[in-house]
Amino acid sequence: MLKKVFSYGVLIVATIVSIFPFLWMVVSATNKSVDVTQGRLLPGSHFVENFKNLLATVDIVPALINSAKVSISTTILSLLIASLAGYGFEIFKSKSKDVVFNILLLSMMIPFAALMVPLFRMFGTISQTAPFLGIDTLTAAVLPTLTTAFLIFFFRQSTKMFPKDILEAGRIDGLSELGVFFRIYVPTMKTTYAAAAIITFMASWNNYLWPLVVLQSPEKQTIPLLISTLGSSYAPDFGVIMTAIVIATLPAALIFFIMQKHFVAGMMGFSKIKREEV
Amino acid sequence: MISAKTSTNTSVSYSTKKRITKTTLIGWSFITLASVLICIFYFYPMVHALIMSFQSGTGTNLKFTGLDNYARLLKDPTFITAVKNTVIYLIIQVPVMIFLALFLSVLLNDKNLKFKGFFRTAIFLPCVTSLVAYSVIFKYLFGVDGIINMMLMKLSFVSEPIQWLTDPFWAKITIVIAITWRWTGYNMIFYLSSLQNIDSSIYEAAKIDGASPIQQFFKITIPMLKPIILFTSITSTIGTLQLFDEVMNITKGGPGNATMTISQYIYNLSFKYTPDFGYAATVSYAIVIMIVVFSIIQFKVAGDRNA
Repeated sequence: MLKKVFSYGVLIVATIVSIFPFLWMVVSATNKSVDVTQGRLLPGSHFVENFKNLLATVDIVPALINSAKVSISTTILSLLIASLAGYGFEIFKSKSKDVVFNILLLSMMIPFAALMVPLFRMFGTISQTAPFLGIDTLTAAVLPTLTTAFLIFFFRQSTKMFPKDILEAGRIDGLSELGVFFRIYVPTMKTTYAAAAIITFMASWNNYLWPLVVLQSPEKQTIPLLISTLGSSYAPDFGVIMTAIVIATLPAALIFFIMQKHFVAGMMGFSKIKREEV
Repeated sequence: MISAKTSTNTSVSYSTKKRITKTTLIGWSFITLASVLICIFYFYPMVHALIMSFQSGTGTNLKFTGLDNYARLLKDPTFITAVKNTVIYLIIQVPVMIFLALFLSVLLNDKNLKFKGFFRTAIFLPCVTSLVAYSVIFKYLFGVDGIINMMLMKLSFVSEPIQWLTDPFWAKITIVIAITWRWTGYNMIFYLSSLQNIDSSIYEAAKIDGASPIQQFFKITIPMLKPIILFTSITSTIGTLQLFDEVMNITKGGPGNATMTISQYIYNLSFKYTPDFGYAATVSYAIVIMIVVFSIIQFKVAGDRNA
């Protein structure tokens, strides 16, 4: 009994701590700036006004569109590239392939801050010959984030449990290897793709440092860049800022809630094998 | 592992040597794109940064200056402060967060617990916010006349407002609280998924042998989760060593340089002060070295427990 009270007590406190900043954010989005600074914790009726002010003062719609372009293309391409590789590493085994895999894993140890300057100069060089790929393009914001060793690792781990006989059956039935991949592997690994999609989309939607470096003109900015400039203005309208943050958080939160079940299942497939392997 | 080997063997058994070469080629073609992209966007820039770290100059006019940058690094007070701050975040935040995440995941793994899904979602929720968005929220929550101070004073925990963002000590604490809030749920999900894969009969056997919940936690849960704990502590360490968004948006590195991190210093050196890409590259190698050192330590610690 005591244990139960303790468990629920701890979990309720953790829940309140986790949710409070959200509640405050949502409540503040419905209040006047003055009320926000005075610590009002009750919902107000100013959301529509805040929303109108937001549209009038900041280019949030273009920023949302930019973010959507970047995140959706990153998610689709990342999942394709990483799952092809994860499949390749797990299904076709050879010693030299494992060496390549381990080398790729080393890239997880490289901090982005160390890559930032050389990447910036690389895209600077590209700008001179192909301006549509260079600095201040959304493509430049996408390219370096497309392939992560983590995602390849994630797909490889999750593939370990894959029933390989099905693949062989497909091959015998005359499917090409790409056919086997797209017609058998991809549909079977739905939960893994869902978990990977959530992780990638959220990371891309929320990415800040590289877009900050590479996207320079205001009309190219993504949502985190916009929020960041709002947060540093001198005479902030808190109601408007909170409304902007609510809108910025909504897409990632919605995707998470819609796909939550698959996410948990996908993560389980990943962690299970991690444990058995050692 | 085993099943993969058998399937390769069967495919070998009824095929000629030609088929093997073909399969190998197809296998390689599946991993080519990813490997090429990682080489272009990770390894090539890394080598480029190494070369740049021996160069100096403003903007893109770089000249080779040998080890000058490395000599400058060791005497640079801002760099030393940034390293100290980063290490402080690391040694306080990562262990606290990992323990907290483990603890919560064990509570949530209780079969008889009600509202499990609700608690899990609520505690994971901070992970869906962008680093920038929650940083801005925390900046206001922890302002001198922010809501945290208001509540602390109403509850009479403190008699005057805490200078969360303007006192060097409290500013660091604010950053630690912020990162812990954001990432505990994320790590908890990893533990929770692994816990659900542990056979409950192990715990039942331990209970019959008279093991207390605390003993079960330290003698069963932690050893069983060791690989995933290692994985999360390494990723958290790498994350903390790269800390940028929060500091940039909560304190801007201040007061003074009290919350400045290495990533932020690199950013300032490259894009805020007169750009010195060469020296910025030198500083970035400092993070690389720290990540390698800390990861080796963590592997060693985990390995020793195994023996």
